[in-house]
Amino acid sequence: MQNAHDLKEYRGELSGALHNDFLREALDRFAVAYRTSRSNAFSGMDVDGLIKEIADGKDAAMARLDELLAEFTRKAEAAGAVVHVARDAEEANAIIADIAQKAGVKRVIKSKSMTAEEIHLNPYLEARGLEVTETDLGEWIIQLRHEGPTHMVMPAIHLSRYQVADLFTDVTGAKQEVDIEKLVKVARRELRRKFAEADMGISGGNFAVAETGSIVVCTNEGNARLVTTLPRVHVALVGLDKLTATVRDALTVLRALPKNATGQAITSYVSWITGATECQTAPGGKKEMHVVFLDNGRRKLAKDPLFSQVLRCIRCGACANVCPVYRLVGGHQLGHIYIGAIGLILTYFYHGKDKAKNLVQNCINCGACKAVCAGGIDLPRLIKEIHARIQDEEGHPLQSALLGRVLKSRKLFHTLLRTAKSVQKPITGGTPFLRHLPMIFAKGQEFRALPAIAETPFRDRFASIKPKVANPRLRVALFSGCVQDFVYPEQAEAAVKLLGKHDIDVTFPMEQSCCGLPVQMMGEREASRSVAAQNVNAFAPDSCDYILTLCASCASHLKHGYPEILADDPVMAARARTFAEKIIDFSSFAHDVLKVAPGEFTADGKRTTYHAPCHLCRGLGVTKAPRELISTCGLDYVPCEEEDVCCGFGGTYSMKFPELSAELLKKKLANVEKTGAELLLTDCPGCIMQLRGGFEAKGGRGVRVIHVAEALAERLK
Amino acid sequence: MSDRNRLVELFTEKAQLTSAIVARVKTLDEALAYTVDVCEKKEACQILMSGCESELSDKAGELCDGKPGKVIVAPALPKADFARLRDMCQAHGIHCLSGGMRKHLGGVDVGFTIAQGGFVETGSLVLDSDSEELRLATMLCEVHVCMLPVSTLREKSYDVAEQTSALASDGPSYVAYVTGASRTADIERVLAIGVHGPLEMHILLLED
Ligand code: SF4
Ligand code: SF4
Repeated sequence: MQNAHDLKEYRGELSGALHNDFLREALDRFAVAYRTSRSNAFSGMDVDGLIKEIADGKDAAMARLDELLAEFTRKAEAAGAVVHVARDAEEANAIIADIAQKAGVKRVIKSKSMTAEEIHLNPYLEARGLEVTETDLGEWIIQLRHEGPTHMVMPAIHLSRYQVADLFTDVTGAKQEVDIEKLVKVARRELRRKFAEADMGISGGNFAVAETGSIVVCTNEGNARLVTTLPRVHVALVGLDKLTATVRDALTVLRALPKNATGQAITSYVSWITGATECQTAPGGKKEMHVVFLDNGRRKLAKDPLFSQVLRCIRCGACANVCPVYRLVGGHQLGHIYIGAIGLILTYFYHGKDKAKNLVQNCINCGACKAVCAGGIDLPRLIKEIHARIQDEEGHPLQSALLGRVLKSRKLFHTLLRTAKSVQKPITGGTPFLRHLPMIFAKGQEFRALPAIAETPFRDRFASIKPKVANPRLRVALFSGCVQDFVYPEQAEAAVKLLGKHDIDVTFPMEQSCCGLPVQMMGEREASRSVAAQNVNAFAPDSCDYILTLCASCASHLKHGYPEILADDPVMAARARTFAEKIIDFSSFAHDVLKVAPGEFTADGKRTTYHAPCHLCRGLGVTKAPRELISTCGLDYVPCEEEDVCCGFGGTYSMKFPELSAELLKKKLANVEKTGAELLLTDCPGCIMQLRGGFEAKGGRGVRVIHVAEALAERLK
Repeated sequence: MSDRNRLVELFTEKAQLTSAIVARVKTLDEALAYTVDVCEKKEACQILMSGCESELSDKAGELCDGKPGKVIVAPALPKADFARLRDMCQAHGIHCLSGGMRKHLGGVDVGFTIAQGGFVETGSLVLDSDSEELRLATMLCEVHVCMLPVSTLREKSYDVAEQTSALASDGPSYVAYVTGASRTADIERVLAIGVHGPLEMHILLLED
């Protein structure tokens, strides 16, 4: 639940969650176990093909939502159900309360429904004198504790068996042992009585199948089977997004849902309920069956060219399972009702910008959610987009507006960097790190040493190191990005050295500037667009074969971000696409294009591990090239645990949420240290800044962190 | 290996992964005998498993009382078949019911059903659950024994799409795919069986 008024209050809540040891351990264990069980569950299947099929099916269904609704209604009503459509939460609550009142209902039992959480149905019914009992074990537990879920599939994942035993002791009035098997049996017996007494059952629905007029409910516990059988009234509350054309389409989603949720092949029960089924205690022996469809903004979403993809969500919860931020702070902090990446987005649409405004800033843009999403939703992009929207509506914070203004003018930005260099001496103490940051910059940054600005930026060095190639094999234009230009020019230099050896003609267009990702991350759309256009114009894509960059974040932003950002610009759109097509990252270039061979290097067999930058392994899908390069240049590659989990840098994220960034870094460094490697390679100067700074802050000894390009250049014969 | 045998073997493997017990029978009578045997060997109201030993609130405890010894329930069995099952049960001092489940909400020992189909992929049964008695029986029993005619076995969930759609069309209906026993992992993600429904699932593959 989001109750924080501002970012500061929100940070305070995050900090509290970070110190909840049980939560941290539980989520850590789950994150690690989930990876394996998910990949086992999908083994041998064409997962990408399945995701595409789901996405296409959902898109097609949402495009003809009203048609499907009409067909569903016809079929379900022919089978004796009553179908309602509620415009918003208030109307849905009122419809359900009215059904209860007309049927003389006193006691309600429920099976799990996120949609019911969305509209706060329980308190609404309770306020009207109804007794409401959740029957999904996890939901019952949190209901008894008067709190919201912390995961869409495992609502009580934040609680320990001790807490549950205490809770059940209170509920039964008898001392309960701390034994999960026994606690589950206590719930079984206690809830059985509730089933026996209830006169209305409320369920959610995973699908509303138009072809048959059926509501489909998936559970492992089987509670929905009782909820929809024992009471004389059944109300199914489902979002309009659950409308599905055919049984076959539902089965397609079902192939992915449990596997993506928890790595289970299928849920124990999948119930297809159509119309007024047999019910011996109901008048006429037929159940009173209602289907309440909730709109609450879904129809409008379905028509939105960018955001309609949100309706593809099948509520598997996977985007939380893999989110490094969720793993640190849990669902109460990374969601309001809906949780995880999709939660950040849905909160804005279903619960308003006030609940969403802090949340949407808490995404490090690692892309892990997008990589597993069963609906193929571009979650990180939508999160950024909402952040920008809220900022446009509410006004831009000073810092981000300032950064936007500075970046829009390359000259101003670079002058500032040069000035910073000339005044940094007192704070570097002559080392390559900023030692004594003025308090205003240093707050919360003690976990890593920040690098000093280089003596001479890459742009000033380039003329003297440009290789002289008589008959170039290829022509490459270099995009350095700010970090390599002004902080780590030696990395770009290393690449130039290798390129020269391979007879590549290299150019460095001087008008290039920051790639704009930092302002994009901060929701400064205008600045982001302006910087993108400047960079595209700085390069003449026709006069080079590749645009090479050594920064994974720049690469993925230039390649995938630019064509989106400039899509609406009639002049720039086509140029941006040509520009994007030429973009290549260093490892892919060295491995796939230069095809470097072991003979070029002097091997020294140093024990080496690798950190896979988010924007390289997921952003660009490059995984093999860098690891093979490590071996090619004669190093001994030892894999590191969780190699592709974010290091916590995330650009401006680490300034905004230093405590979370520090925790991610801590985990990363510990995994690296476990390998016993003396060298840590990676493909992104941002990651290097974070990793090197982390080791430095720990005492400066230990693992040397360098770019793959440097490792290659150092070993060139 | 014939396609039929391949399906049977794969199904057995997948169903066992969900901790179901799979056996093969040649006739319905063999299946009925199996069911009686399971009930005979099982402790009445599996005291140690289903929670009667736990301290409960008084009201919840009441449901546990008043159960007349061991009970097998077989809803939706044709009359003649049910009569044979009842005779077998009587010989073993077991009560045999064809319905009246609402009077047994505290639970019964064994439920016997016949599936309309199954799919190998996940070891799942397709169970026509239109009958309220059948729905309740399969949830209130501690052991669910389900006979599955091998001729109805299919490879993938997609292969039962038409069957599902036929069962779900034309008037009110309730169809279920059932895979293994009722389970939860809601406390510390530890798997626990039988949270609301059966603690055990037996699948008898009928070689028809
Ligand atoms: S991009 Fe990464 S940090 Fe952001 S929501 Fe997705 S998984 Fe979480
Ligand atoms: S957004 Fe994608 S991963 Fe997240 S719950 Fe929805 S379908 Fe699952």
